[in-house]
Amino acid sequence: MKPAFSVIFLTTLIGAAQGLFLALFTHQSYALFGLLPMQSDDFYGYGTLIVLVLLAAGLVASFFHLGRPERAWRTATMWRTSWLSREVIVLPAFMGVSFLFGVSHMFGIRPEIVTLPGGQVVDLSLLLGVAGTLLAFVLFICTAMIYACLRFLKEWNSPLTVINYILMGGSSGFILAAFYAASAAPDQADFFAGWAIIITVLALIGRMASLVRNARLKPTSTMQTAIGVKHPKITQRSMGAMGGSFNTREFFHGKSERFLRTIKPAFLLFGFALPLLFLTLGLFSPALLGLAFILQYIGLLAERWFFFAQANHPQNLYYQTIG
Amino acid sequence: MTQLALVIDLNVCVGCSACVTSCKEWNTSGSAGPLVDERPYGENPTGTFFNRVQTYEMGTFPNSETMHFPKSCLHCEDPPCVPVCPTGASYKRKEDGIVLVDYDKCIGCKYCSWACPYGAREIDEKQKVMKKCTLCVDRIYDMTMPEADRKPSCVKACPTSARLFGDIHDPESAVSVAIREDGGYALMPEWGTHPSNHYLPRRKTKMKIHADELERADNPLKLDQQLPKPDKDQSTMDDVSAW
Repeated sequence: MKPAFSVIFLTTLIGAAQGLFLALFTHQSYALFGLLPMQSDDFYGYGTLIVLVLLAAGLVASFFHLGRPERAWRTATMWRTSWLSREVIVLPAFMGVSFLFGVSHMFGIRPEIVTLPGGQVVDLSLLLGVAGTLLAFVLFICTAMIYACLRFLKEWNSPLTVINYILMGGSSGFILAAFYAASAAPDQADFFAGWAIIITVLALIGRMASLVRNARLKPTSTMQTAIGVKHPKITQRSMGAMGGSFNTREFFHGKSERFLRTIKPAFLLFGFALPLLFLTLGLFSPALLGLAFILQYIGLLAERWFFFAQANHPQNLYYQTIG
Repeated sequence: MTQLALVIDLNVCVGCSACVTSCKEWNTSGSAGPLVDERPYGENPTGTFFNRVQTYEMGTFPNSETMHFPKSCLHCEDPPCVPVCPTGASYKRKEDGIVLVDYDKCIGCKYCSWACPYGAREIDEKQKVMKKCTLCVDRIYDMTMPEADRKPSCVKACPTSARLFGDIHDPESAVSVAIREDGGYALMPEWGTHPSNHYLPRRKTKMKIHADELERADNPLKLDQQLPKPDKDQSTMDDVSAW
């Protein structure tokens, strides 16, 4: 498939946003039970502002993917069958809940809802946090299922796609949270960095698993089933277009095999290895956490590019020779 | 239930592309507006077509065969492109099974084209909406046309009658009979999309002649002299001619 930069930015930006939201709320939940010192409302509030900025940037990027963005409102109608439609509903819902979560912290609107038997006070921000957490996971699932549900794109059609979107978004968000905490609440940076290391390792394992899986895939469709002729040697002589067509532009990444082979170790290095290194160093020198986030974001852009480019669409069987 | 479809006889198709040009002509002149054509007379002409004729070669010269292969939307009975559409612009008509795009609802996200294993959908890069074969829905129901013309443009244009059009759910229709009796097959059956359009295979007319058909079984005039002569006391095969 041809990687579309609008979608690459959309998925990486909202992934980081969802991860950051999860990180902030994880901290608040720990703090509720006294496992960590509760931070000021501003810490959670400004953190949520970053979440919203990333989500908005992702949303803007997504519009560049549409031929007719003015009709985008229609996309909310087919949620019964379409994962894309579901994503379009869940993304603004998550934005809305994040916004309310941020407002409830920034303006201290935290009416008490219920007190747990242990004396912990559940207030409005906590309820919004739970709702936001659920929506963050639903959004991860929707985004990933857009790709994972296409059964003839075998590289995507796997639960690993969903798992990896969650883990890579989580990793990116927790690293950002560690970086944010390093400046906003320095004593809490280690908590986020620790979780970031764990999630990044899990994400690396998940992504490696999908690379191994994809390397062993055998195409289901062949030239023989594509045109229905039983002959071991079938050569295309003409594709019915002289200057290429939508089919030749949308479904081929257009880069050399060598480029593809270069980008794979590059995204493993930038997306996982270097962030892990700088996260570990960041436990001692917090400034490196920012470097970890930026390098990983570049790595994740490359990862997403590779994710699209690696998917081999069966329609390509029909478009091999211009002539 | 009706399922309109094309049956394309690959044994007859000569690859003249008359179906391609007449499809383009009809559909670029329709109420949906023109089908984009970029640099039609330039160096790299490109544009949106609903139907393309491709050519394949089987084997290696001199033991090779050429096959021309017209390819358009197959109007699958279980179209994977329809449920993924976020706006409902892509739909399959209940009454005749034609898969259509509502160009006024399409947002041009191209997701349906990702979900089609056949590459049957092509975006219109000017109008920014997805387009595809409509089975000339604006033609086959046009009561102002003589009945003989109420067929898809490509079917009307084919000089060798390689394209049949009809209801594949009606067992007596010409298309159903052709599929049943002439070995009609579907493309990429492995995905379970159940394409409505079928293809008839290339086939050679062969006659099997057995050895005894080359020799006269009863050989009264002893012309062939290939059968063993019966002994004098044995009867001949026809009990008439004897030694």
